[in-house]
Amino acid sequence: MGQLERKRGGAPVAMRRLTLITVPYLWLLALFLIPFAIVFKISLSDIALAIPPYTPTMEDGLWALLSQLDFENFVFLTEDDLYWKAYLSSLQIALISTVLTLLVGYPMAYAMARAPEEWRPTLMMLVILPFWTSFLIRVYAWVGILSSEGFLNQFLLWLGIVDTPLKILNTNTAVYVGIVYTYLPFMILPIYAALDRLDGSLIEAAEDLGCSRLEAFWLVTIPLSKNGIIAGCFLVFIPALGEFVIPSLLGGSGTLMIGKVLFEEFFANRDWPVASAVAVILLLILIVPIVLFQRNEQRQAKAEK
Amino acid sequence: MKNFMFGTTAVLAMIAGTAMAEEVRVYNWSDYIDEGLLTKFEEETGIDLIYDVFDSNEVLETKMLAGGSGYDVVVPSGTFLQRQIAAGAFQELDKSQLPNAENLWDVIKDRTAEYDPGNAYSINYMWGTTGIGVNVAKVQEVLGDDAAIGSLDLIFDPANMEKLASCGVHFLDAPTEIIPAALQYIGEDPDSHDPDVIARTEPVLMAVRPYVQKFHSSEYINALANGDICVAVGWSGDILQARDRAAEADNGVEIAYNAPTEGALMWFDQMAIPADAPNPEAAHTFLNFIMDAQNMAAASNYVYYANGNAASKEFLAEDVIGDVAIYPDEATLANLYTVTPYPARVQRTVTRLWTKIKSGT
Repeated sequence: MGQLERKRGGAPVAMRRLTLITVPYLWLLALFLIPFAIVFKISLSDIALAIPPYTPTMEDGLWALLSQLDFENFVFLTEDDLYWKAYLSSLQIALISTVLTLLVGYPMAYAMARAPEEWRPTLMMLVILPFWTSFLIRVYAWVGILSSEGFLNQFLLWLGIVDTPLKILNTNTAVYVGIVYTYLPFMILPIYAALDRLDGSLIEAAEDLGCSRLEAFWLVTIPLSKNGIIAGCFLVFIPALGEFVIPSLLGGSGTLMIGKVLFEEFFANRDWPVASAVAVILLLILIVPIVLFQRNEQRQAKAEK
Repeated sequence: MKNFMFGTTAVLAMIAGTAMAEEVRVYNWSDYIDEGLLTKFEEETGIDLIYDVFDSNEVLETKMLAGGSGYDVVVPSGTFLQRQIAAGAFQELDKSQLPNAENLWDVIKDRTAEYDPGNAYSINYMWGTTGIGVNVAKVQEVLGDDAAIGSLDLIFDPANMEKLASCGVHFLDAPTEIIPAALQYIGEDPDSHDPDVIARTEPVLMAVRPYVQKFHSSEYINALANGDICVAVGWSGDILQARDRAAEADNGVEIAYNAPTEGALMWFDQMAIPADAPNPEAAHTFLNFIMDAQNMAAASNYVYYANGNAASKEFLAEDVIGDVAIYPDEATLANLYTVTPYPARVQRTVTRLWTKIKSGT
């Protein structure tokens, strides 16, 4: 009798576990794998003058579809130096902006974590507040700040620091400003979360044991907030790599980023297959940091156990 | 039961009601209509007009080729129209719903028939030229009083451009307009589809590229009017709008437009109805409304572009019909050239060249 009961009780538990596992996988399947399969399929197709502008499509039947696919577009990407230059330049811009965001974001997160308890919700609110305005408008606002007649130059001229307006808009500097500004909250929040959990007595202990304040910061605070730093860096680096809006609004004609190349392929050339091939490669490049990120998370989870 | 029936009828009536509030969705170029016409259309027909704008043929074409844009009327330029017709993006116009089509101007109809044989799919909205807008005083200050402001030398001679860079130069971000101009400048056929011939424009454009502040297709209107830039390679009416805005602001900026003396590109913006337009009937009503002589004249008087409507001429303001920059005289008209769409392979060469010119890579 007892055994039977246990079995009865076991079924819902197994069911629940199965559902729990299935839901995230279904999520991945619907939101990642299926769209990726579609993009990948288009990347193997040929350009055509039709709606949609590639061939073959599902209407041609599955076999015809599969037999006409090839890797021609990927070969094409290797033949023109534009593409690898754009990937490299995107990597460089994403890397530099991630470091800059960290340099700006860490002190802010640190100050927030050290602020009196009753201020913290307000400070947190201030970090999140910009999200209430559309991303596009916030980036566009920088055009008004950075242009040669913009607020920044007016201010500098008024102070007498410069006598001719600085050319910032339409350069890579403006792109860095845009990325750092836009992604700053993604850096601050995870670092703040890590610093907030940090046990203050550890720093006191370090100081008691002869560390200067700077040494205590370097030897205790930084290592203990490492996971927040890593999470923040990935959250900034990954979207910055494929960024399109910021370089197209703030960058100059010399700003080469893969997001812009993708746009040109898609809109100017109407070449969906090559545009899709560019996107597939971009994804492959992103998988490396994503896997590293995942590893770090797992290690952290294990350490916490 | 009675209540239930009543409820169902009410819901059905509501659904019918929303379906009957007719809508027409129009996708046109930015700064390209007298907005008074939009309210006039709604008042006259009772159809809700949803009006969106774009500033590049490429963006419009991508929407058309993706299908399901949701628009009832779109306005591609001739070359783009031709390719989109071939892709099956448009439906043939029902001429019986367009009595005002008799107002159209034969001279323009003949030219647009090159892109749309028999004008079966489209009507001409506006046409114009691609040329050079200058801030006269600033350019003379930089290049001297005898500066050739109406010549392609102004924008393709590096010696001129180097000096002009100090006061700001914008080029259209439209390879299909700038490359034909560069071809014309070096004495080649502006409509060449030969990749080797097109490649000959590369040194010309690379030589002036460092002096171009921005490649953009709509910002130059305000930039010229405010005096931020002194030269813009742009569309005739846009530059004339800049002239007007400067005059209104009374800021001492004097803008002039010239179709290059070496020959200028003539283009046509055509109104067409997408094959999958949700409301083709209302789309026809809109086209017919636009082809009304007085409405078309109001649009031209506002945007400073010539239209393809012969009957509208008597309602045009003197500074529109009388301006050779808008309605060119015979001599200028003979000097205008048209271009045809590039095949996909050539288009790739052109885009690649353009990327190289814009980014240096």
